[in-house]
Amino acid sequence: MKLRDLSDLAFRNLREAVLRNSLTTLGVAVGVASLVAMLSLGVGLQQLATSRLARSGLFDSIFVTPKTNLRGPGAGPPATRTPDAKARLLDADARAEISRMPNVVEVYPQIRFFTEVRYDGKPYATMVAGMPESSKVSGAFDGMQGHFFSSANADEAILQAEFAKELNPQTSSLIGKDLILRYAERQSLGAQGGDAAGSGGFSVVPKEKHFVIIGVVETEPASGFGGFGNGRLLIPLTIAETLRAAQVNDLRDILRGSSSDKPSYSSLTVRVKSPSLVEATEAKLKDLGFSAFSLLDISKTLRGFFKVLDILLVIFSSVALAVATLGIVNTLVMAVLERRREIGVLKALGAADRDVKQLFFVEAAVMGLVGGIVGTVIGWLIGRTIAFGTNVYLHSQNLSSVDISSVPWWLVLLSILFAVGVSLAAGLYPASRAARLDPVQALRYE
Amino acid sequence: MTELPPAIRLESVSRQYTMGESVIRAVNDVSLTIPSGEFLALLGSSGSGKSTLLNLIAGLDRPSTGAVIAQGNDLSKMSSLALARYRRQTVGMVFQSFNLLPRMTLEENVELPLRLAEVDRSERATRVREALQRVGLEKRIGHRPSELSGGEQQRTAVARALVNRPKILLADEPTGNLDSATGEAILTLLREIQKNPGMTIVMVTHERILAERFADRLAVMGDGKLLSNGAAR
Ligand SMILES: Nc1ncnc2c1ncn2[C@@H]1O[C@H](COP(=O)(O)OP(=O)(O)O)[C@@H](O)[C@H]1O
Ligand SMILES: [Mg+2]
Repeated sequence: MKLRDLSDLAFRNLREAVLRNSLTTLGVAVGVASLVAMLSLGVGLQQLATSRLARSGLFDSIFVTPKTNLRGPGAGPPATRTPDAKARLLDADARAEISRMPNVVEVYPQIRFFTEVRYDGKPYATMVAGMPESSKVSGAFDGMQGHFFSSANADEAILQAEFAKELNPQTSSLIGKDLILRYAERQSLGAQGGDAAGSGGFSVVPKEKHFVIIGVVETEPASGFGGFGNGRLLIPLTIAETLRAAQVNDLRDILRGSSSDKPSYSSLTVRVKSPSLVEATEAKLKDLGFSAFSLLDISKTLRGFFKVLDILLVIFSSVALAVATLGIVNTLVMAVLERRREIGVLKALGAADRDVKQLFFVEAAVMGLVGGIVGTVIGWLIGRTIAFGTNVYLHSQNLSSVDISSVPWWLVLLSILFAVGVSLAAGLYPASRAARLDPVQALRYE
Repeated sequence: MTELPPAIRLESVSRQYTMGESVIRAVNDVSLTIPSGEFLALLGSSGSGKSTLLNLIAGLDRPSTGAVIAQGNDLSKMSSLALARYRRQTVGMVFQSFNLLPRMTLEENVELPLRLAEVDRSERATRVREALQRVGLEKRIGHRPSELSGGEQQRTAVARALVNRPKILLADEPTGNLDSATGEAILTLLREIQKNPGMTIVMVTHERILAERFADRLAVMGDGKLLSNGAAR
């Protein structure tokens, strides 16, 4: 029989016992709904976690340090160190070279230094941190007071909330106010003395710079590795670099005797286009003669965790679907018993065993398809409802809303296909039973 | 007529049922030749094996031993798929209890064999109408079987048996559920169909008088055996 005639007859049969078949279909829908609701929460939480982490810059970043810069306790004095042929200095040239590498989005140093600021005539000692442009999208500035730096070169500052409270308990009144940063500038002696570059030392000159306070943020976003959240006065990274403050590593440079005019970095953070590119870029950086590492392994662990979570959710909701499957088996077996005579007539009129089998398969598939579609919609609604409830709660706690439920197209497709597949499996026994039915017995006149 | 090859030839056909220790020989060594275009009536008391024999000719059942040769093909050697095709294309069946599907209209009931034979949709409506016209029920095309009298239901069943233009029409007590006048009308209809479009008919009945009036030949069964296969007139 042609598929159209098969489905014609199947729909007709389904309509004949409409209540029973609707209830069976509803059973499938409930099973699919629980599957979709659970998976949508699983997927949503995973997307939320991975997007937060991706924005945090932890998983698309590589932490680069010079190979020779062995600062561990076991490192001997410079003279006794065996020089590494491939080792390179992490200076401005190296930085430019790395930023020209394919898939590299941004290369920036960790600039943070301890210094004194003056606000309202009073001095405060604090840690200053340079913020790269990309930290704007990290999510950490999402709930801030005020706004992010208007440009990469703006003389603007964002205060960490605790520090802001020290300046003025009424933190919102700080925005728009002026702040003076006192810092030590490094000046090459070689340049002043007319010596060849790199041969002289440098002196430290005290300087002042004015900043406008434009925002207050809870914590400093973790910009790559290195100092996590200990910067209390945040300024644009480009400005921080031009301040050329005497940083911790500069002092080390002096100790090491490498006192070139060009700043050499103790570390650089390299951001690539996506976490999947981290591994290859990391390898290339090592080839260039730097030390490099990333948090890729942690992200793998995280992905593994969500896989396990998904599997558990699927197992739970599969129980509901298994019950629904038994419902289909039961309904179809009853239909075979009730329609004995009809099956006999069909066979007498020339239906092959295969036609009868297909007829019951189509009936099972229709119940699975309708149940799958209805269930996906219900499951989506359940997911939305849970997400809505969560956000109502988050709002009551003065927290910003999140999307913890997600039904991507592949989940829709997969759950409907799954429902149809399971229903077909459930139809296996009833269909073959109907196909094996002896027409002579079925048609015997009683 | 006798020059044509026979429509059906039964060669020592037996069909037995084993029930534990005992063996029931529903059809016991029957040999019979039915020429093309003949209207044969199969008579016999209840339980004599008439329906079993008819089902063997219909390809709904397989003989335990012997051969059933229809239109030159040995049914006992066919696959079940080929037997289904034979039932769709070569055989039409009419039953004592009509066996129409109650929730389908007459049109849908008569269309069923066309669906099974995968006849083009465009062709179906005309063929259904023709078949219903042939039995005089074209005006009831949208009715359901329950809205019809017994005779009308049996005429619908005849239309359903005809719609695939089979060579052989098999009827198992077609008048068994009908009063005598209505039964006569059905037999008159079968007789007309035998002449035009031209068909071999095997009809099981236990009404000898009607059989003698309408059939070309009477075969009588008793206890699974063929007792006589003489001509009616
Ligand atoms: N499936 C079966 N199992 C056992 N005996 C059967 C079966 N089908 C038919 N019979 C027996 O075969 C004999 C012939 O039956 P049937 O062909 O229906 O007779 P008729 O149609 O002439 O009344 C009967 O005795 C019946 O009981
Ligand atoms: Mg009988």
